[in-house]
Amino acid sequence: MSVPRASTGVDRSRLPDLRPVPRFAFPAIEKSTLANGLGVWSVRHETVPLIGFLLIIRRGAADDPLGQEGLAALTADMLDEGTGPWSAIDVHKEIARIGAQFDIDIGADATLIGLTALSRFADRGLKLLADVVVRPTLGEADFVRVRQLRLNRLIQLRDMPGVIADRAFARLLYGDSPYGHTPLGSERTLAPLTVDDVRAFHRRLIRPGAATLVAVGDGEHETIRRLADAAFGDWAQGAEPAGDARDTIARPARLNIVPRPGASQSELRIGHVAVARATPDYHALVAANMVLGGQHVSRINLNLRAEKGITYGARTVFDFRRRPGPFALQASVDTLATALAIRESIGEIAAIRGERPISADELAVGVAALTRGYARNFETSDQIARAVAQLALYSLPDDYYSQFVPRVESLTPDDVMGAAARHLDPTRLTTLIVGDADAAGQDFGRLNLGDPVVVSADSI
Amino acid sequence: MNISFTKHTLANGLDVLLHEDHSCPIVAVNLWYHVGSKNERPGHTGFAHLFEHLMFEGSQHHDSGFFQPLQAAGASLNGSTSADRTNYWEVVPAGALELALWMESDRMGYLLPALTQEKLANQRDVVLNERRQNYENRPYGLASMAMLAALFPPEHPYHWTTIGEVADLRAAELDEVHQFFRRYYHPANASIALAGDFEPDAALALVRAYFESIDAGAPVEPVRAIASLEGERRIRLEDRVELPRLYLAWLTPAMFEAGDADLDLATDLLANGKTSRLYRRLVYDERIATDVSASQNSRELSGFVQLAATAAPGHTLAELERVIVEEIGRLAAEGPTEEEVARGRVHAETQFVFRLQTVGGFGGKSDQLNAYNVLLGDADYFDRDLARYQQATGPSQREMVARYLDTDRRITLSIVPRGRLDLAIPDSAPVDVS
Repeated sequence: MSVPRASTGVDRSRLPDLRPVPRFAFPAIEKSTLANGLGVWSVRHETVPLIGFLLIIRRGAADDPLGQEGLAALTADMLDEGTGPWSAIDVHKEIARIGAQFDIDIGADATLIGLTALSRFADRGLKLLADVVVRPTLGEADFVRVRQLRLNRLIQLRDMPGVIADRAFARLLYGDSPYGHTPLGSERTLAPLTVDDVRAFHRRLIRPGAATLVAVGDGEHETIRRLADAAFGDWAQGAEPAGDARDTIARPARLNIVPRPGASQSELRIGHVAVARATPDYHALVAANMVLGGQHVSRINLNLRAEKGITYGARTVFDFRRRPGPFALQASVDTLATALAIRESIGEIAAIRGERPISADELAVGVAALTRGYARNFETSDQIARAVAQLALYSLPDDYYSQFVPRVESLTPDDVMGAAARHLDPTRLTTLIVGDADAAGQDFGRLNLGDPVVVSADSI
Repeated sequence: MNISFTKHTLANGLDVLLHEDHSCPIVAVNLWYHVGSKNERPGHTGFAHLFEHLMFEGSQHHDSGFFQPLQAAGASLNGSTSADRTNYWEVVPAGALELALWMESDRMGYLLPALTQEKLANQRDVVLNERRQNYENRPYGLASMAMLAALFPPEHPYHWTTIGEVADLRAAELDEVHQFFRRYYHPANASIALAGDFEPDAALALVRAYFESIDAGAPVEPVRAIASLEGERRIRLEDRVELPRLYLAWLTPAMFEAGDADLDLATDLLANGKTSRLYRRLVYDERIATDVSASQNSRELSGFVQLAATAAPGHTLAELERVIVEEIGRLAAEGPTEEEVARGRVHAETQFVFRLQTVGGFGGKSDQLNAYNVLLGDADYFDRDLARYQQATGPSQREMVARYLDTDRRITLSIVPRGRLDLAIPDSAPVDVS
């Protein structure tokens, strides 16, 4: 065994001090609005010769009409399947010719279409982005093919425990209300959709009044505005208001199971409907979650992984959305430790607002983890563009990111505990297991959550 | 285009690479140990990856978790294990560089006094859960194990995956775990790269202060092993999946060797993305597959190309195989079109620019410097690496496809839903992986 040698200036009896972190300032956002209502926001970022465009449309899976769950995502998926004289293959050849990275993301509240390319291809890239979003072909034959691919994907996902859990948990928490499904929808709702449904959805909801074009990179605002006007200027105005606000009426059982005989792990979700992005408690909840399950050294991960070794990792998330989003614990645990993991998880959530309140030291660690390294969240043009898109989506002020660190640093344990008490309710937690009920179920009775209700994967 | 750096080799053999970038007030610390699953022995697999866990559990002078002080300092941190190397990294605010160096040097120099039986048992359980989550309980999750075991003979160190065999992990004794560390985790077998917002003289002084007193350790002999395929071998695996998937694999040139970049480009134009030949035929036109992809997996001792395609409902893997073999044959005979070659070049250029965007993390500039330094012995390789792709021609790609993607010397793996052997390639032999 090696013996520590004396070496000049190194003190291993304690960890070295940290130097102060310079105050973080988010770069300036320059903004214009085109005549049709499309916002054009740009940020200069010139470390590499790239330009990133991100079009955020404030319409997402929550805007799926009841019974047509999956329509928004299917519509988004159809955008790059042809425009003008170009087939889907031609569109992707043009993307490839300019070496661009192109992607479409859809969430509950928004659809994001991103294109990043070398700066010298800025005009071609932006024109292509506009063509696919504003003037997609939405042809019948492409529709049939793309819907079939999505149906095939859904068939494959029947075997992905994490996906089964996400879909079933959304359904349990939100029922038929707008957040009661994931963007994929289901085989039942996708199969009857027609290309006319896609065209109608595109016509009603993919409109400039609900959209903001974010550009980050090597380019002047005025140049970008001019390019955007040329590419998007004839996009017809107007957008219907976001989908109806059907209220959550789901009253799920406390303990639910999707059987997966023979599974070596149980996929767990434990949570309840929590709170919207606009809550004044946002910062306090982010900090509380760091202590509870939001980082490697959180109470729940230390308990289930570091102490008990029954999972590769466990975490909790507040999913802040336009309407109240879910709070959820996610973990995949050893089948034989399923009941133990549920008991410990619920116990940790209850303890944080009861017998073991967040201490000043714990809060300090969580706050430091959120704030000291904050600048690294804004290193690349893509990170900056996605951050700006969040401002557009949730109507946050331009100085939101510059204010984040001081806001979080000013939190007291009382602020954080108060927010946790307002938005976490252990008595309302719903637990979902995707796993082997027989192997896992020896002592569910002792959880006092009632008999497990079997949820069939086919019903999701 | 390049990543500028200075290189310093300490007296104990530790390579130090410094790259300044003041655009963001952060510093990436990236440490490579030239040890991976290929340094393990049959019956004792999974050790390099197990260390990727144990290295976060405490060292002599900080005998508790490494995440706590580093996250409290605003760091993000992680590590990963491949067949060839293990990497560990932190991205810290500039003012926490010394903390990161303190901790990396403590676990390099003083890990074993803190590596107890209790920690070993706990992290072995975590790894067994990682194995369940990422391999056993995941559709097609056992494909890599089956494929590597078939491509490489039992004594070849690419025969097993990094996660290791369950029986080996359960049997791992504290003693042999300590021995593995002594053999591979020391300055002479490591390389540290810093990238970001620091002043190089001061940073180098800190690295010296923390690392130079650590014993060099014995040089590690390079691993040597060869593999060859004499014919086609057809194997099958029943899994909890809905749709059958076909995997084809061939042995190919090792990382950075002639043909490596050509095959990287050729697999792209053959099977990756909507412009690829196989996407167009299998998914877009004939609609007999739901997806297709391929990659040249570049490793130190050997490469392999793996191609995967999932059959659409109602179709068999034999239908997919016929089209794939036909398209490979056409590419081997005619080579790529001019447009395909041009697209490959601009794609490479963009990908290399993308790689300059971040200082740290997996694939960041610090990680790339270490990759070139450890795997090639030449950290100054970024622009020459890009040049390999820019210089690949249609004829060179055609030649490598013809030479290596030989349909008579390959592994053909069918993964089918349980009980649906009719969907597999005919005459496939069952294999057992667990």
